[in-house]
Amino acid sequence: MLRPSRGKLLFDGTPLLRPTHDVGIVFQEAVLLAWRSVLDNVLLPAEILGLDKKSARARAMALIELVGLAGFERRFPRELSGGMQQRVSLCRALIHNPSVLLMDEPFAALDAMTREELCFELMRIWSADKKTVIFVTHNIAEAILLADRVVAMTPRPGRIARIVNVELARPRTIAMEFTHAFQSYSEEVREVIYRGQAQGAGRA
Amino acid sequence: MTVETINTPLDTEDEALEPAQSTAKAVLGATVTLVALVVLWELLVREFQIPSWLLPAPSLIGQSMLEWRSELVTHSMVTLYETLVGFALAIAISIPLAVAVVYSPILQNTIYPILLALQSMPKVAIAPLLALWIGFGTLPKIVVVFLVCFFPIIVATTSGLTAVPTPLMELIRSLSASSLQTFVKIRFPTAMPHIFVGLKIAITFAVIGAVIGEFVGSENGLGYLILVSTSQSRTPLAFGSLVLLTVMSIVLYYAIALIERLVVPWAPRN
Repeated sequence: MLRPSRGKLLFDGTPLLRPTHDVGIVFQEAVLLAWRSVLDNVLLPAEILGLDKKSARARAMALIELVGLAGFERRFPRELSGGMQQRVSLCRALIHNPSVLLMDEPFAALDAMTREELCFELMRIWSADKKTVIFVTHNIAEAILLADRVVAMTPRPGRIARIVNVELARPRTIAMEFTHAFQSYSEEVREVIYRGQAQGAGRA
Repeated sequence: MTVETINTPLDTEDEALEPAQSTAKAVLGATVTLVALVVLWELLVREFQIPSWLLPAPSLIGQSMLEWRSELVTHSMVTLYETLVGFALAIAISIPLAVAVVYSPILQNTIYPILLALQSMPKVAIAPLLALWIGFGTLPKIVVVFLVCFFPIIVATTSGLTAVPTPLMELIRSLSASSLQTFVKIRFPTAMPHIFVGLKIAITFAVIGAVIGEFVGSENGLGYLILVSTSQSRTPLAFGSLVLLTVMSIVLYYAIALIERLVVPWAPRN
């Protein structure tokens, strides 16, 4: 969507010049279409890409069930909570079975409890269908909990400062947040980010 | 749009209860107040013996409306016709033009700024010129209605078509959607609630436009009737015409609001 400021953007070893369909995107806001039901929202990318209707529909139903929204297919976005809307947008990102999932602070607009719940939900979904997930977050604990690799970036200018490999066992649990290993990862990332300034961005 | 987008009884049930009650209260309150004001008007006119050519009592207005009912109906139909044709013409021209403006950078930088500037011109002031150019028939009235409706609709449509949230546009672009797909699936539905805001503003202007057109020169319509009956000191009849104009305005407004509910059930309500 934006040209790289420097260097080359490679996707599976080939330079990327135009948008690829092999990614699914989840934004900070769910940006669902108010006039479409949950099911029709999930089906939007399939319609645009002209995928087979029957199988797309079956896949949409399976995804909706996977995120725990079975029974809500006919509901409209305004009838859903913020967390539920974000689950729908996750389904929409996965409908065309992309190999990469881009998540740009997807849970930032949610309250802390829903946020935590969705983190585990995401890991459960990921373990069912393993994809490369690029997850941007400002929350260090969230980054370490979710990621195999945390790419810590400096604030303004956003440059990669350090890549931290997180070697916590999967499936990860909430209890891990209190382990020594988790704390030391978290300190490592925090140190990189706060070295210069008070604000920080993390990437997982 | 599919049939499924129409509200199920389930969702109207849990959220509509409170607003429905408060609406009923507001309607009741307004009705009672209106009746009280009319009664007060009647009493004051009788008490101070105000001559009917100056300010007729509500009862006299009602009486003259009954007496002149066939004329009132005929003239109402003329005004209604001018209003609806002008309004429909404005929709038919301004919505496609708004689409063209949004999709064409050339139009955006040439015609649209001029249109916006023209918007501040009082359109009703053109009415005498229209009479000069196209005479005193129905057409000049329709043109006045068209002019007053055109601007609110084109402005609302243009802003609606450009109101798609940025992330949504990025998502659509990442899927390499065609312009047609983007328009049909995203832009136009996004614009719909905005368009209806424009339509509701336009329809209230439309009746005013028709009356102004009739004031300038005509042989029928409620505006003409007001002009003639005032000049002949038949003030009750002028008031009767005014009542019908008000009713017409209100009915048309709510007709648009009703269509809005059916066509864009997802639009925010007020």
